[in-house]
This record gives sequence, structure tokens and C-alpha cells, in this order.
Amino acid sequence: MNPPVATPFFFYLLAATMILGGILVITRKNAVHSAMALITTLLAQAGLYLMLYAPFVAGVQIILYAGGIMVLFLFVIMLISIERADKERQFNKQWLVGIVAAGGLGGLFIAVYTTTTKGKILFPEGLTTYGETQNTQAIAALLFDRSAGQYMFAFEIASLLLLVAIIGAVVMAKKRI
Amino acid sequence: MHGFIQYIQSYLDSDKTPGGAGNIFWATVYILLVFAGLSVAVIAMNWLERKILAHMQVRLGPMRVGPHGLLQPIADAIKLLLKEDIIPAEADALVFWVAPFIVVLAAFTVFVVVPFGPTHAITDMNIGILFMLGVSSLSVLGIVTAGWASNSHYPLIGALRSSAQMVSYEVAMGLAVVSVILMTSLSSEGGTLSMIGIVQAQQAQGEWFIFKFFPLGLVGFFIFAIAMVAETNRAPFDLPEAESELTAGFHTEYSGFRWSLFFLAEYSAMIAVSSIAVTLWLGGWLRPFPNALTGPTWDLVFSLFPGITFLFLAAICFYNTARMPKHPLFRVQTMGLAGFGVVLALIGLILFIHGVRVRVQDIYWFTAKVGAFMYLYIWYRGTFPRYRFDQLMKVGWKVLLPTGLVLLILTALVGMRTELWAELQGVWRP
Repeated sequence: MNPPVATPFFFYLLAATMILGGILVITRKNAVHSAMALITTLLAQAGLYLMLYAPFVAGVQIILYAGGIMVLFLFVIMLISIERADKERQFNKQWLVGIVAAGGLGGLFIAVYTTTTKGKILFPEGLTTYGETQNTQAIAALLFDRSAGQYMFAFEIASLLLLVAIIGAVVMAKKRI
Repeated sequence: MHGFIQYIQSYLDSDKTPGGAGNIFWATVYILLVFAGLSVAVIAMNWLERKILAHMQVRLGPMRVGPHGLLQPIADAIKLLLKEDIIPAEADALVFWVAPFIVVLAAFTVFVVVPFGPTHAITDMNIGILFMLGVSSLSVLGIVTAGWASNSHYPLIGALRSSAQMVSYEVAMGLAVVSVILMTSLSSEGGTLSMIGIVQAQQAQGEWFIFKFFPLGLVGFFIFAIAMVAETNRAPFDLPEAESELTAGFHTEYSGFRWSLFFLAEYSAMIAVSSIAVTLWLGGWLRPFPNALTGPTWDLVFSLFPGITFLFLAAICFYNTARMPKHPLFRVQTMGLAGFGVVLALIGLILFIHGVRVRVQDIYWFTAKVGAFMYLYIWYRGTFPRYRFDQLMKVGWKVLLPTGLVLLILTALVGMRTELWAELQGVWRP
């Protein structure tokens, strides 16, 4: 296996792209611009998954979020009148709560990162990296393996939930089918 | 300097892709080669499509620029680059500017994993096929934003149609692909998503996946072959740019260079999905009958094909040189065609050299199979009338999707039949 190349550079590049994209999503007035910023963020996130040696998750991220869900977002946004939304005054009356919640979450992250249990940090330097080639198989084993598979039920229940949501949306939107 | 030469040479002895060997020099060379090859292929497709369509409709097609219109694509390219680049006054300039680049980037990036041979790919990814499907699905974003940013009715409707169509057919396409991935898991090495791994699985199992579990592989191939035409917005699924209803669809407002980017992206996306189909079902770079016709003699015969093809093309050139009008006005064209024939013949002769022959034949077979798909695309366009939108959705959701689901389940059942049988016997006789 090849040694990783310029890892810190790519990490900071992707992280900066994500943060910039995230800020643009909430500050752009035009909904289509926001959606495109969100796509950038999601793609950068896929890049971060790749850096974590999880190519399967990265691929699924691109197919589902960037290629699938965001297309539907754009589809809906294009059908509403952008001009009117553009002229409306944007307001935000929850900034205080928002800052407190964001600060709390950030503090939690820092706390988790610096906590030591029995003298060991949760995130030591140079965590063992798994080979890129095993990722897909490892996910399959976690889901479906008879002895090690522990997430099958949760996975199936989640997909059932999505199915119920789809049927519910169709029933609510269309009274007569 | 010596170290650098050694660095370059060290790759030649390895049996990996440049990306796999981590050799940046050769990776760059491969990227440039693929990019140049694609551009030439798009130019050639432009000419071939006009010529073949014309001959199907008993016309001559382009005849004026160069002998038999051979220079027509170049003339078109110059015309497009010199045209004024118009951005409509009410358009969203930024999005309008970005959209063609999204489409082109998505169409070209997928070629990172296309395996032209066991070592002739820029890199081999563990998630190769997933990467190809994912990145090529990003091109719909470019189309949607292009249609919206034009701020005009025809492009918007074209973009809406296009996004609905591409999202619907992606589902059927994905199911057909998954059935192939199930087939790869029957090899001794286990299943794989890597493009090179899929071809090697076909080699190991001794048959192309189109013939695997007959007719299951064939049905999967047909689902993909239909869905891929819809994915690339080509006739008979070219509703997003239906001329009679929407002028030119999502790129109505584009002109000049930006329009040519859409054109480039459309053709390279066609080549990309064709190479997925070739890799998944038609054995990728494998030559015909690698198991039945074995031995050094057959190896030699099949490795001569690339050279013979180029000599054949050269012979066509020479034949047409002889048939050119003898009028002095045509002297330059006649000389040009003869020169082109000489170049083709030289390439053909180079391809007969042993060292070249052995390295090139994988690329030749892959390209030949992709070329067959490209011809099919033109043939469809010359043959089928355009679908209506509701018919399109009906085919996608009510025919291809259920067929794909049944195909997936049947493939899994047939693939696991021995294990299932053992399991059932275990239930009855505990």
C-alpha cells in the first residue's frame, strides 16, 4: 500500500471547503446558490470520508446526496418563484439560542477530544489505518455477517421508516390514487 | 537525472496501474493520453455520426471541407470558438458560467477508473463502479443548473425533464449493475466493485457476464443498455432537447465555447457509459474467446487485429484517393487524403512490432467494443422516433425497474443455489 500523500494539506483544504460551503448555504439569499453551496459541502465531505479510508461511504455519499437528493432539492427550488423569495426580508430571531447550542456542541467535541479514560486519549496520534481495499467488505460484514453482523436490524428498520415516509408523502399529496 | 530516469523505468516492470504503483509521472502521462484520446474520439464521433446518419438517410453528409468532409469537425470547432459568447441579460451569470464546467468535469473525471487493460487505467479504485456511477450522476446537476440559470422557459422545461429522466433511469441502471456485482462474488477471490476486478472475475469464471446464468446476464445487459441511452439524453430518449418542442432544451441559451463544452460532455459521457457496459458485461479488455481459442497461434492471430484494422482504414483511404475527381481543384484534397492514408498505414505497421503489439491489444479490444456501442448510439438515432414523456416514465418505472428487481433476486437465488439447497436440507433434516 502506498503511503498517504500530503494528508494535512488535503484535510485542511476539504475542511475549509466544507465550512465555507456551510456558511454560504445559510447566508445566500438565492435558494439555488444555497443548494449549490450545499453540494460543494457534501462533495468535500465525501473527500473527508476518502481520507478516513472509507471509499465505500464516500461513493455512497456522492451517489445519494450529491447526485440524488440534491437534484430533487434543485428540482423543487426551481419550481418556486425565486424572485419573490429574493425580495423578502430575511430575519432570524433565534440567534441567541443558536449561538448557545453551537457553543455547547463545540465544547462537547473539544471535551471528547481531550478526555482521557484510564490514561488513554480517545483519539491518539496515528490511529491504525485500515487498508482501502477492505472497506466495502468490512461494511458488508458489519451488516450481514452471521456472527459479526450487528447492524442488520437497525439498517432494515431505518429503510422501513423511509418506506413509510414515502408512502405517507404520496397519500398526503394525492388523495385519489 | 539518473534517478528520475530510473523512477520512470521502474514503473515499466511493474504489473500495476500508475495510480496503484504510486508513480506520479506515469499517472500524468496516462491522464494526458486519456484526455487526448477522448478529444480525438469526440472529434471522430462528430464526423462519423453525421456521415453514418447521412448514409442511413441516403444523403452524402459533409463533403465540402476536406476529402469526404474529414476536416468538418475542425471547421466546426474553429467556428464555435470564434462565436460570440452570449450571457442572457436576465440570466444568473455565475451559475450560467459554472454549469457547463460541472457537466464537463463530471464527464471526464469518470475516466480515472476506466480499465483499458489490466494495467492500462489511470488508477484502480476499490469502489470503481460506484465511483463511475456517482460521478456521472453529478452531470445532471450541471444540466439542471444550466436550464435554471438561463432564465428562460425552454431551458427550464428541458432541465426539469432531464433531471426527472436521469433520476428515474439511474435506479434501473443501478439494479442491473448490482446483479453483475453479485456475479463477481462467485469468483474465488470474492466480490469486487473495482473495474479491473470485475473484468478479472469474468476471466476467472471463464465467461462474459452477458452470458452468465443465461438469460439473466443478457436481461441485465439489456436493462443497462436502455438505461444508459436515457442517462446520456440521446435519441430516442432525447426529450430534454427535443427540437420540435423545446428548440434545444437546456442549452438553448448557450453559444460558442460553452455550447461546445456541453457537446464535448455529451459525447464523453456516451463513451463513459459504454465503457461501463463493456467492462461489466462484455469482458472489458479481454479478446474474443480467451478460453476456447487458446494457444500461441491464436494469441498471435488476435494480436495482429489492431495492425490489420489500421491497414484496412488506410486501404479505404487509398481506394477513395484513387476515386477522387481528377480536376486540378481537388489536387490538395487528394494529396491530403493520400497522406492521411499513409499515416494510418504507418500506425498499422508500427502496431505489428512485437513489443507494441503485446501492450496495445488490450486497449484495442476495449476500444473496439466501445466503438460498437458508439455505432449503436448513432443507429438508434437514425432509427427510433422520440418517446413521449409519459411513455418514457412508464418504461423507466413500470418496465425496467420491476424487471431489474426480479433480475436481482433471481441472480442472487441462482448464484447461491448450492448454499440454499444445503440450507433447506438442514431445515428438513436437522
